[in-house]
Amino acid sequence: MAKKPEKKEPPTTGHEWDGIREYDNPMPRWWLWTFYATIVWGIGYMILYPAWPMINGATTGLLGYSSRAEVAEQIAAVNERNAPLETRIEELALADIISDDLVGGTNGFAYNSGKATFFTFCAQCHGAGGAGSVGYPNLLDNNWLWGGSIDEIYATINQGIRDENNPNTHFSEMPVFSELLAKDEIKNVVQYVQSLSFDTFDVEMAAAGETVFLDNCAACHQDDATGDTFGGAPNLADAIWLYGGDTESLTETVKNSRFGMMPAWEGRLTEAQVRSVAVFVHAQGGGQ
Amino acid sequence: MQHGIKAAVLGLIVFLAMIATNFGRDLAYQFHAILIILAAGYLFIREIGKIGDPVKPAETGYMDGVIRAGVIATTFWGLIGFSVGIWIAFQLVFPAMNLGELLKGYGNFGRLRPIHTSAVIFAFGGNALIATSFYVVQRTSAARLWGGNLAWFVFWGYQLFILMAASGYLLGSTQSREYAEPEWYVDIWLTIVWLAYLAVFLGTLFKRKEPHIYVANWFFLAFIITVALLHVVNNMAVPVSIFGSKSVSLFSGVQDAMVQWWYGHNAVGFFLTAGFLGMMYYFVPKQAERPVYSYKLSIIHFWALIFLYIWAGPHHLHYTALPDWAQTLGMVMSIMLWMPSWGGMINGLMTLSGAWDKLRTDPVLRIMVVSIGFYGMSTFEGPMMAIKAVNSLSHYTDWTIGHVHSGALGWNGMITFGALYFLTPRLWGREALYSLRLVSWHFWLATIGIVLYASAMWVSGIMEGLMWREVDAQGFLVNSFADTVEAKFSLYIIRGTGGILYLTGACIMAYNLWKTAKGAGQAVTKAVPAE
Repeated sequence: MAKKPEKKEPPTTGHEWDGIREYDNPMPRWWLWTFYATIVWGIGYMILYPAWPMINGATTGLLGYSSRAEVAEQIAAVNERNAPLETRIEELALADIISDDLVGGTNGFAYNSGKATFFTFCAQCHGAGGAGSVGYPNLLDNNWLWGGSIDEIYATINQGIRDENNPNTHFSEMPVFSELLAKDEIKNVVQYVQSLSFDTFDVEMAAAGETVFLDNCAACHQDDATGDTFGGAPNLADAIWLYGGDTESLTETVKNSRFGMMPAWEGRLTEAQVRSVAVFVHAQGGGQ
Repeated sequence: MQHGIKAAVLGLIVFLAMIATNFGRDLAYQFHAILIILAAGYLFIREIGKIGDPVKPAETGYMDGVIRAGVIATTFWGLIGFSVGIWIAFQLVFPAMNLGELLKGYGNFGRLRPIHTSAVIFAFGGNALIATSFYVVQRTSAARLWGGNLAWFVFWGYQLFILMAASGYLLGSTQSREYAEPEWYVDIWLTIVWLAYLAVFLGTLFKRKEPHIYVANWFFLAFIITVALLHVVNNMAVPVSIFGSKSVSLFSGVQDAMVQWWYGHNAVGFFLTAGFLGMMYYFVPKQAERPVYSYKLSIIHFWALIFLYIWAGPHHLHYTALPDWAQTLGMVMSIMLWMPSWGGMINGLMTLSGAWDKLRTDPVLRIMVVSIGFYGMSTFEGPMMAIKAVNSLSHYTDWTIGHVHSGALGWNGMITFGALYFLTPRLWGREALYSLRLVSWHFWLATIGIVLYASAMWVSGIMEGLMWREVDAQGFLVNSFADTVEAKFSLYIIRGTGGILYLTGACIMAYNLWKTAKGAGQAVTKAVPAE
């Protein structure tokens, strides 16, 4: 690069450290004026908004702004707007909500309220799409542990499952069969349960397991193993598994039992919210 | 005689550490006590061996051994810190990277994340600051470091602090305070080391042979003093037992949050800004061989920066339980901080006026200029994000992570790389770096890495913020949290890729510095004496 003719060097301060000198240039004007402008703006903002702590509280500012009052106002406005709709949801029979003119429909108030509530409180376990995961039931299929009618879904959400803080909670307990059955018996009954859903299983063991099943399991899971929603006993003949249908998972289930728990939402959500979630879950395809 | 006293003190420390090991109530505490036994025991044996040695004459000339050690430590911890960062970045995309089966939870994000932040800020950044400040204060004062071996105590004491902090996080010892996770006894140790650092720095300034104190040293001194103050106040806590690592903070609730972010923001302000500006003010004019642009600007922006930064912490707590007045002050001071921050950028960039052509031939200068550019960008972004309306979108999102990293990778990382390239040939007495081509490679890999990282986080953060606040016509939330996580998948991969490029550049630098130090075919030049 060809050197341009040197401009006249500005004066330096005359100091030098390890070869470093300093020009005595003035501060750039635009820099200084922008700095002043931010200061002026800052003073103005502090006059308008709460800013300086005093002995009894802080200066409130000319605008009288308060972030708490602001959010309270916004919440109050929404509550006021929604109040008649929520009353409507509480008054209707659960089954009628979805077809109601005011709050019904799959883009209606009840459905969307249920969806938002589900996303906030239920999705952690059941998944944002409601498909569940190991130990957390899929809510999209027509397989229900505690019943799939909208009233049953509502009751489950309200009371929870095995939530000892709720007196009405759904409760049942599968025995720990490692204390009741011999190892062979457990192995056989696992083969029998697998024979109900799968093509590959040990025929001999499954045959022996059928007796074990009828003697020990059928009381809750029924003779045909289709389960019982009154006691929350899962259907074992539909190839849908909450904790897995492979030999290892099933053996673990039989030996040590499972004790899946869902919190009761009564009291934590409003009545309208619980009803809305029931409407939303019921409408996901599996509702009966 | 002197060796005898030292040996006695070290023996006592070993003895006390043995008692602590025996009565220790948790694994981290016991492990640290054993670490102290090993360190003090080694020194004890060394001092015993020296008893009766003739007294050595005091050395003269600049004290560069400790700076050489600092250059090595900076490079080493940088590589560690960047690697852990990449690992945890990919953990967020592929949870299998937790290696739960193998590591039994010890490799989880929660334990590794503070190792990453502490390794890059305090181990990499801290060693860089200590090493460069020792170099700069000697050269600009024309005086040897004050305090004899005290500088070595600062160096090794600081490494012990880093080891105790990192191993503590792994073993579950943490105060859960952002950027101040180490427990009480590690904090006390750091305080001792830091005061020794202050003493060495001040002592050297006092015996300077120049009439004035150079601007870089103002920044270094402000950094050392303020960090001491921040560290002590933020870590005030009562230990549950002197034989355990757990302690309880003196603060609680929103006051605790305020103290933590007063500390946290000023860790950024004084550690990562003021300290590194000290670095910039020496190495940029030296590398460019040009005078500093404006002395007046350096005075005004220094004092404005120091005065305003300390107020800005509350902007981390907008729309929380923090009273409105404190939020207002945090925001207003942050806006006013914009120009004082930019003063450093202007002084750095304008120092190059008349020397811009050097950028074509000198990749080290190019690294420094890009670092100043990123400094300017993130010190504009910061005040902008402190505005409450902007913050209501950006808060808790990846935008914050992107902002931090454009500052950390772009500004702190790059100016440190520039300083390391400057220092290594001079400290090891070589004429030049081993390879300028490799410096160019480093420059491009790092720059592209930062751009990938920052832009991925901007997109991800703004998208996330918009998704969180998206409501339908009836006022209901549209997205679940998991939806926002899923939407960020590809951006997280881009972010991790940016990190890999950045680490690759740093590995190339480490190789280049090592070859330079080894002398790869160069004649050794004689070091210039101090006096």
